[in-house]
Amino acid sequence: MDSLHLHFELDGSDFTAAGEASSEVKRVLRQLGFDSDVIRRCAICMYEGEMNIFLHASGGSADVYIEPSEIILELIDSGPGIPDIDLAMQEGYSTASQEVRELGFGAGMGLPNMKKYSDEMIIDSVVGVGTAIFMSILVK
Amino acid sequence: MQLKEVRDILNAKVLCGEHLLDREVYSACGADLMSDVLAFVKEQSVLLTGLLNPQVVRTAEMMDMLCIVFVRGKVPDRNIIELARDRDIVMMCTDYKMYTACGKLYQAGLVGMECE
Repeated sequence: MDSLHLHFELDGSDFTAAGEASSEVKRVLRQLGFDSDVIRRCAICMYEGEMNIFLHASGGSADVYIEPSEIILELIDSGPGIPDIDLAMQEGYSTASQEVRELGFGAGMGLPNMKKYSDEMIIDSVVGVGTAIFMSILVK
Repeated sequence: MQLKEVRDILNAKVLCGEHLLDREVYSACGADLMSDVLAFVKEQSVLLTGLLNPQVVRTAEMMDMLCIVFVRGKVPDRNIIELARDRDIVMMCTDYKMYTACGKLYQAGLVGMECE
């Protein structure tokens, strides 16, 4: 299999579309015949990242690089940024609004979940500029 | 437990996926917080929720869940039902409240999920 690149523009104003990109990534990975555990880990990481962009930023983009041995997810937004990444990584810590919580999110599990299900995760965030999250899922 | 038993125990109305009711499920999760579902759920399970939005279906899809049950008599709009139908996820609604619905399934042998 050659490497494959998927790109998604995420329009933060349309919440009903939140999750469509993750759904597409899952569909492509299944079509390519990846192991179900790899597919699920990628789907969760991508979905949590995608939801974060919809819930905390006004939009952004996602790039997925699929190779036989590794899947790389890059999620970039121009949202408010994360002032304290260590704090944000703690389970249960969230800055989500009441509105976001009423939608079933904002429990402070997003970033810890992404860390848990990926093999490597890097967060690059600047307050007032935005956040970029890179995740790698190894195909074992 | 087969999904048709879930339907019968909860006296539920099936909204989509009638042809998939012979599927087996091994666990269930009652949650209005989709973040918790993403953190703890295992596959081949049932999601019971009082939350009505498309992300309920997306979350179930990401976790390979087979069935969504809306509690307290809530009925989602057509778009949400269609989203589940497209993804071969069975969708039901029951008049039972969350605690009662979960209790009835647990009593019948459908266990919950423990944190890893």
